[in-house]
Amino acid sequence: MRAADVLILGGGGAGTAAALFLARAGQRVILLERGLIGGQASGVNHGGVRQQGRTAAELPLAMRARALWGQMRALVGTDAEFDPCGHLRLARTPDGEAKLVAWAALAAGYGLKPRLMGGNAIRSAYPLGESVIAGSLLAEDGTANPRLLAPAFAAAARAAGAALLEDQSVAELHHDGARFRLRANGAPFAAPILLNTAGFWGGRIAESFGEPVPVVAIQPNMQVTEPLPHMLGPNLGVADGTLYLRQIARGNVIFGGGRGIAWADATRTRPAVAAGDATRALVMELLPWLRGAMIIRNWTGTDGEMPDGQPVLGPSLTRPGLFHAFGFSGHGFALGPAVGQVLAELVVQGRTDVDLAPFAINRFNQDGNGAISG
Amino acid sequence: MRVAVVGAGPAGIRAVETLVAAGLRPAWIEESPDGGGRIAQRPPGAFRRDARALYGADAPRARALHATLDGLKPQLDWRPGTLVWNLDPRTRRLELIQAGRRGTLDYDRIILATGAMDRVVPLPGWTLPGVTTLGGAQVALKAQGVAVGARPVFIGTGPLLWLTALQYARAGAPPPLILDTTPLLTKRAGLPMLLHDPALALRGLGLRLALLRHAPIHEDVTPIAIEGAGHVQAIRWRDAAWREHVTACDAVAMGWGLKPETQLADLAEIPFAFDPIQRAHLPVRDAAGRSPVPGHYLAGDGARVAGAKVAEWTGARAALALLEDAGLPFDAGQAGWLEARLQGQARARAALERAFPYPARLAARLPDDTMLCRCEGVTAGQVRASAAPDLNRAKALTRLGMGRCQGRVCGLAGAEILAAQLGVPVARVGRLRGQMPVKPIPMDAL
Repeated sequence: MRAADVLILGGGGAGTAAALFLARAGQRVILLERGLIGGQASGVNHGGVRQQGRTAAELPLAMRARALWGQMRALVGTDAEFDPCGHLRLARTPDGEAKLVAWAALAAGYGLKPRLMGGNAIRSAYPLGESVIAGSLLAEDGTANPRLLAPAFAAAARAAGAALLEDQSVAELHHDGARFRLRANGAPFAAPILLNTAGFWGGRIAESFGEPVPVVAIQPNMQVTEPLPHMLGPNLGVADGTLYLRQIARGNVIFGGGRGIAWADATRTRPAVAAGDATRALVMELLPWLRGAMIIRNWTGTDGEMPDGQPVLGPSLTRPGLFHAFGFSGHGFALGPAVGQVLAELVVQGRTDVDLAPFAINRFNQDGNGAISG
Repeated sequence: MRVAVVGAGPAGIRAVETLVAAGLRPAWIEESPDGGGRIAQRPPGAFRRDARALYGADAPRARALHATLDGLKPQLDWRPGTLVWNLDPRTRRLELIQAGRRGTLDYDRIILATGAMDRVVPLPGWTLPGVTTLGGAQVALKAQGVAVGARPVFIGTGPLLWLTALQYARAGAPPPLILDTTPLLTKRAGLPMLLHDPALALRGLGLRLALLRHAPIHEDVTPIAIEGAGHVQAIRWRDAAWREHVTACDAVAMGWGLKPETQLADLAEIPFAFDPIQRAHLPVRDAAGRSPVPGHYLAGDGARVAGAKVAEWTGARAALALLEDAGLPFDAGQAGWLEARLQGQARARAALERAFPYPARLAARLPDDTMLCRCEGVTAGQVRASAAPDLNRAKALTRLGMGRCQGRVCGLAGAEILAAQLGVPVARVGRLRGQMPVKPIPMDAL
């Protein structure tokens, strides 16, 4: 049997980051991943590193994450192509504009200063279509390459002594009164602490400990163009969340919107044609210069979505020693490093200064003590 | 029952012929403006060269294929110039684009006869203007009546190297210098072909003897680099005695046999298995061409490269399997006859592949600064340095195969490089998986 201080289920951004911070804190860590490190939501997402648009609940986590992104090279030996190019959030409707203004008021309370722009100003500063009526730039936000983050944390965690195992089929997970026990590819593992960072499938793990959650599988529908001349600096979003888009250093324009298709318990996915068409129509409306671009590839993968769009993050309320971090609802990539750090603090120090109440696992239970939101 | 056939080369033509003979009217989709496949590529309408000049010894086959093709077109839903850019096996829907216009086609059963493309090794300097493939050089001659250069060099191995060189010489183009990477000794492995397919073996020998009259053949050649400032100006290579040569030229055509175009099979979620003879992962099918995905059939070089004659047989055989599976009358005698032929041909093909192997070591030893993935600008060294445990992880870490061609060009060489770096058999590093669109489509095609 392999014994550890901490077992981690799920090798996405949160799991691999937790493995690194825990290993550096002297913990014996074993991470088990069903497929490949960073193979699902952490690896296939848009690559946005943004604070802008986050809820009051997520903002402290996003700000902590942004600070870690700034030190990424020192932390894991690569910056995962982190580029603080700014995040420009666009409004196409008065309702959208009201969201930008409301968020700016919220952000001021956290010391963040987005620059609000009217339609004329934003269209003269950026190559945008007539339907953009307002925008908000948060200059210190940016982007990174999602395919590099989890592998980079994994490599650093291994260098710090953690064991990260891929292609592991986990079964017989239970707590024997003293430790968590499971079999991975038939081999027994045990540890007094268990981290549930299994994305959509994290819901199954929680349920097996008597904590069912209303998490559903979602597939971000991604597309990329051929390399094009540089036209666009910042990472773009739309206030209603229907499109996110960025141009990378090589010139390709990466964008997403809508949902892909999944089957086989959401372990298999493929992009959806209709969602791709709707997203491209919106791209051409907002960025008319992309009309003639060629789409070279589509992709997707599975993330877990909660009814209120907020993750489950924090201790189990049924089983001491179990900590959850899943259901990031399509916007967890940027948070991964901070989530890993918070999990490590919960394990090592028993506390964290991020308010986890909004992320409580029982917040959708009628009889729970958390507020029902959504 | 809605039946679709993708591809109108030799396999597609014989498949459709068989379906039509059974009373079906399939939708028939071809990416090129006309059918015939690359082997019987037709020049544009206004061009006038006779079949003998265009196809040489293949002229009778080309004429027969064209006659069948032209006879079938008015009997069914013929859609030339149409790209199938997505296939969903669960909804059984094809996404099409034709002259910039989108469309869909729903099917109950489908035969994929998607053909092959040149198998290349990304040599240092291969991205210079003036470098093309042997297949490209051949199509330039067949379809447009032009040579790729005034002083071309052809490099690679396999029958296409000799055939294209001879076609150039006979068309009155300047005879190319022929650099064959396979030693003569290795080619002896092709001798069993005399037993299993004597006609083709003798034709190959004849080709080679005829070629000697036109151009010298250097064998056991090791290419070093294609050189030039802004355009091909020379090729640097070593002969069998390891002497270095620099040959001035204005064009290089290269090719090491063919590889199947398997993207639609991939999107159809057909499982792939490693084929040690072709050193590649190929879609799984039974002797009749049935894939493990019900209703999805594979035929021709798009399933496994075996040449035009075999493509015709596998096309007809897959169509018979489709008829049988649909509960329609089919000629069981013909099916048996075809399978017997295919078994014999498999031995001939194995001998041919051993005689003209993919130069795996050449690919594995490419210098670190060689541009491997030209779409995304990834070098051989970057793939080695990625320390990726398999090809798809290397793709995630380096962008190898993420570009326009999705690794159709560089994937095999990338696998050899990674396998050699890891010290594992090439089968173990897997294959690059494809995504829609199979080829780029315009943003504004909605």
